[in-house]
Amino acid sequence: MPEAATAKHLTMAWTANDPLLTVSDLKVWFPVASGVMQRTVGHVHAVDGVDLEIRAGETLGLVGESGCGKSTLGRAAIRLLKPTGGTVHFKGEDITSIRGEHLRALRREMAMIFQDPYASLDPRQTVGDIIGEPIDVHGLAKGKERQDRIRELLRVVGMNPRFADRYPHEFSGGQRQRIGIARALAVEPTFIVCDEPISALDVSIQAQIINLLENLQSKFKLTYLFIAHDLSVVKHISNRVAVMYLGKIMEVASGQQLYRRPRHPYTGSLLSAIPIPDPKVELQRKRLILQGDVASPVNPPSGCRFRTRCPRAKEHCAEEVPPLESFGSEHKAACFYPLD
Amino acid sequence: MTQPLLEVSDLHTVFSTKEGMVKAVDGVSFELHAGETLGIVGESGCGKSVTALSIMRLQRPGRIVGGKVMFKGQDLTRVSEYEMREVRGKEIAMIFQDPMTSLNPVYRVGWQVGEPTRLHGGWDAKKALSSAVTMLARVGIPSAAARAKDYPHQFSGGMRQRAMIAMGLTTTPEVLIADEPTTALDVTIQAQILDLLRDVNREFGTATILITHNLGVVAGMCQRLIVMYAGKIVEAGPTTDVFANPKHPYTWSLLRSIPRLDAERHEPLKPIEGLPPNLVDLPAGCSFHPRCVFKVDRCSRDTPALLQVGDTQRSACWVTQSGTELKGA
Repeated sequence: MPEAATAKHLTMAWTANDPLLTVSDLKVWFPVASGVMQRTVGHVHAVDGVDLEIRAGETLGLVGESGCGKSTLGRAAIRLLKPTGGTVHFKGEDITSIRGEHLRALRREMAMIFQDPYASLDPRQTVGDIIGEPIDVHGLAKGKERQDRIRELLRVVGMNPRFADRYPHEFSGGQRQRIGIARALAVEPTFIVCDEPISALDVSIQAQIINLLENLQSKFKLTYLFIAHDLSVVKHISNRVAVMYLGKIMEVASGQQLYRRPRHPYTGSLLSAIPIPDPKVELQRKRLILQGDVASPVNPPSGCRFRTRCPRAKEHCAEEVPPLESFGSEHKAACFYPLD
Repeated sequence: MTQPLLEVSDLHTVFSTKEGMVKAVDGVSFELHAGETLGIVGESGCGKSVTALSIMRLQRPGRIVGGKVMFKGQDLTRVSEYEMREVRGKEIAMIFQDPMTSLNPVYRVGWQVGEPTRLHGGWDAKKALSSAVTMLARVGIPSAAARAKDYPHQFSGGMRQRAMIAMGLTTTPEVLIADEPTTALDVTIQAQILDLLRDVNREFGTATILITHNLGVVAGMCQRLIVMYAGKIVEAGPTTDVFANPKHPYTWSLLRSIPRLDAERHEPLKPIEGLPPNLVDLPAGCSFHPRCVFKVDRCSRDTPALLQVGDTQRSACWVTQSGTELKGA
């Protein structure tokens, strides 16, 4: 395993009991250009001061609506994006601005699974070459050993090893997602960011992929950051869930805690907005329907970002940014007037 | 029972493709009664959207090759294009999944929302616009008079879908067909739009056909439900009965394969194995049999018809038709 490759760069002793990944005050801003000169007139505050820990072996779910910054956070966590501010520590090492060989070595520990199984596979490469690419890039195997490895990876994700010679267009969405998962596993990573891995799939196929991800996690002792907008899927697969809104974490708790007793009003309305596939439950549910749309990440509201849609907002919420505070063990929320 | 508002019987719609003939809708029959909300659920390619488009005669390049769509004493599959235009948008309105592409980007929202009343009611521009503004306000667009002057790109996704619903309602149609109206929207916005559709149904008494792949949406919106698979209806019945006691293995398996927000414990999901069928090359017999855990010999030979199973449901399954209960670990 790639421990050896990064071990020499460790700045402090990291043990398996420490968080695998720690994100502190992370900011990722994108410039907004305008006019003939394309001058920067502002910034999209995609991720704006996020603190988060991911523990070895767990699945941390990250939910939020489109544009809340969850994918950007996922990409910055594995250094596919360079953060504007803050730090990312992986196994105790600051990886915020590492470069060159050092970054290459880190890439062997991390992988990503993408949402769109149609756009994320090169149509001109065979399945074998798609899965083989990370093996070649990192020089992990050659010749017959490489072929064996590719076949083994296909078997691991539940596909016929003979499919290595075929092209992506010959496969359905669910099968392509399996190929994407095999590619992610090719470097034997410890940490995988799954960015909406099932939202493009048919309902009957989603459960197959969820179960596959769960099986692979226990088999290879993987740590997941599971990004999705569907809270029922996230709650199912995650040990802990972080709720994000306009670039900030609003609440972090175990899935059960979050569902039974949400403390942030946004989490409360998000939960009540998710339909439950049971007419008896649905008919009796009290709905807490939010007014309005998400505010712009270019000019986020002052204070609490959710205050413009929040039914409980008071003056104070516009003046100060609520910090992420503890509500019992393992439960944090950023709200001055939390739900009971 | 009262006369149905809309009656689809034995509808067949086909598409010619390079690989061969695709029977997108293969003998679909159902009724829609005044004031009700009927759900059509199924996965992509099951024929739910083509069924809706065929009712509106918008199925091209597909062809309706059989069956009837009876609405107010006339068969919509046989009326002239001119007569169809009188029905479309006036008596039966349709809203689509993607509010981004179903509004014209170069016309102001108010003008577009007023179009049905100008075309069908013969209203002048001023009267049409003022009714459009009223309707935009009714569907929850803030400062509707000012926003009516906006172009679609100035609206958010949720607001565009509200505008589409407003446009559909200006002529007070009797039937509203909503094809995946919330699929492109975020969950909190989805909740707003579903709430609006419930209000519309209550206030205007518009009968609604709601097409979706989301079983949760159906559970909260529809009194009756149709489940489609590979161009056919495999199960139909009152929503509460179908969810409590599904009579087709596809429905049964689908309900067990989705994670529920209110699940108490973490239990592994029970996926439906295999892949959705290729419509060009359907398996013999029941199209679901290769993925079915209850299949018997007959399922791979003979195609089951949609028959009454139990008091309120209909199912196209040899197993449940012979009286077997669907049970399993």
